[in-house]
Amino acid sequence: MSTASQATPRLAPGRAGVKKELPDRFKDYRHVWVFLELERGNVHPVSFELLGEGRKLADKLEVQLAGVVLGPPGEMVEDAVAEAFAYGADLVYIVDAPPLADYRNEPFAKALTDLVNTHKPEILLLGATTLGRDLAGSVATTLQTGLTADCTELDVDSDGSLAATRPTFGGSLLCTIYTLNYRPQMATVRPRVMPMPQRVDKPVGRVMRHKLSLVEDDIVTKVLGFLPDNQSAMANLAYADVVVAGGLGLGAAENLQLVKNLARAIGAEHGCSRPLVQKGWMPADRQIGQTGKTIRPKLYIAAGISGAIQHRVGVEGADLIVAINTDPNAPIFEFAHLGIVTDAIRFLPALTEAFARRLSPHSRDKLAS
Amino acid sequence: MNDAGNEVNRQARIRTGSLEKSPMHIVICIKQVPDSAQIRVHPVTNTIMRQGVPTIINPYDLFALEEALKLRDVHGGEVTVLTMGPPMAEDSLRKALGYGADRAVLLTDRYFAGSDTLATSFALSQAIAKIGETFGRPDIVFTGKQTIDGDTAQVGPGIAKRLDLSQLTYVAKIASIDLKTREIEVARRAEGGTQLLKSRLPCLITMLEDTNEIRRGSLQQALCAARSQVVKWTAADAGIDDLTRCGLRGSPTVVKRVFAPTARAESAAQIDTAEKGLQDIADELIADILTRRPALEHELAFNSGT
Repeated sequence: MSTASQATPRLAPGRAGVKKELPDRFKDYRHVWVFLELERGNVHPVSFELLGEGRKLADKLEVQLAGVVLGPPGEMVEDAVAEAFAYGADLVYIVDAPPLADYRNEPFAKALTDLVNTHKPEILLLGATTLGRDLAGSVATTLQTGLTADCTELDVDSDGSLAATRPTFGGSLLCTIYTLNYRPQMATVRPRVMPMPQRVDKPVGRVMRHKLSLVEDDIVTKVLGFLPDNQSAMANLAYADVVVAGGLGLGAAENLQLVKNLARAIGAEHGCSRPLVQKGWMPADRQIGQTGKTIRPKLYIAAGISGAIQHRVGVEGADLIVAINTDPNAPIFEFAHLGIVTDAIRFLPALTEAFARRLSPHSRDKLAS
Repeated sequence: MNDAGNEVNRQARIRTGSLEKSPMHIVICIKQVPDSAQIRVHPVTNTIMRQGVPTIINPYDLFALEEALKLRDVHGGEVTVLTMGPPMAEDSLRKALGYGADRAVLLTDRYFAGSDTLATSFALSQAIAKIGETFGRPDIVFTGKQTIDGDTAQVGPGIAKRLDLSQLTYVAKIASIDLKTREIEVARRAEGGTQLLKSRLPCLITMLEDTNEIRRGSLQQALCAARSQVVKWTAADAGIDDLTRCGLRGSPTVVKRVFAPTARAESAAQIDTAEKGLQDIADELIADILTRRPALEHELAFNSGT
């Protein structure tokens, strides 16, 4: 459950309380679309998370859910199409053309804008990745419609408008945003904010194939190369099953070693809250929260983190949240499942040792038998 | 529009030939934002307490500003800094002048109040077009990656689309610029790696964070900044005829409500720490974790020490 649904007593009143009719030219905009992001041969997992969310919206609206796949002709696109159906799409729009081999704004924005103008969806969802944000911003500008970034909850109100909730004021509050008089209603969602839906093998259904109305010569920007990240060195926080993080309560940069030690002992990824990145104690790719990574681990241990809203929205999807903080009134105890009021600097080594004892080879043998 | 001091700087660059040879013009868009670390929410009314919250230049914009200044160091030319906001946003422009920008333009009008990202990119792109007419067409428009108050990252792409500029977002490095062939090569942060792109001027660049460090302006620049005239434009001054595209009226999105999330129905179960050793508390915590999530024991055991 995300934060907003606990605060909202279900459906918002119609048209966000604004009595205004949708302009005629938008009345035939129907169905929910999800843009599937192809990332060097694979579909970015956020696209599946969005298909799960799009399915719910489409069912509420009693309309269809369509996937949109843009890429080079060939296997990569066909695989993505099959995945779109497996994750709940009723139909898939394809634009496959050689200029779509690598992501560039011009051909992708052109392809998506043309598709929208031809088939007129009422809702269009994209992942809030570097690609999705680059693309969504220009498509929404060309279409002159509303785009709500980094939503943490999507819902449909009683007359069918998209209610998009996102953090605001630097993540200290939440707000619900509507695009009342324009279509499509566009929104982006960060990876891991929505749960991963169940994959169900299904035959490939209805596919609509379109041509790209651009050729390579029309495109100003050329891709000279791509340097893949060193995966082992990069934090894979978003998809980690166990995460340990430290906050300002650790007092000094060197105490982050205590967090790393615990993480190593239990095979977890380590991270931190925003202030530590601002202080330069940890690199930005380790930041957990609204402007950093959203995580959904099975276990999350937060040490010396007070639990500001922008942190809360980034961790609320965790199955089990354990908070360690000296301040019994810290907001983190309002959304953690288990709390310990104690000094993390002293407690972390004890916890690391206790875990090591519990998980020692001897105990492992016991488990295996 | 320049004051005497900045004019001296400009003349100096012309004399050294840099301005004549390559009169590069860079526009950088900045935003004055509340220092979000200091925003407080009223505990009873859940409204934002903005009184007395200090404002800063959006930190992401400083990477763009420094990059613009670095390009001017190499290629010569001028850096114009632009912001849209209330009259008090002039403070942030003066700071930018203090870092070494040549000219500052403040777009301010009550018609801009309540702008969402679409209306903001409309107003800024109109102002950039006007800057182009008045002070020379920009070769590069910079913005920060995003702002710390809105976090949308949508205004940069919006400006690029409206002005038909090549869109280069999340740029980690500007590898080269050739003003003769009008070509630019950049390294761009992409999903899972770095894209090397070649594109053409004019372009819009949103600069990635931690790619440089804002310089300390010289004393002379600080004095200039204090004396400089900030160019102030209303919507009409910026050549905006259609006011229905500005502010609240020009914004397709409507903010229905702003609220603080309510607490979970039950807050955290506290593990009693009174009169217990740290090891005992740790053992108790682990037992509690594994009672709630028995499947974790296998998972932690098999991953530990890796």
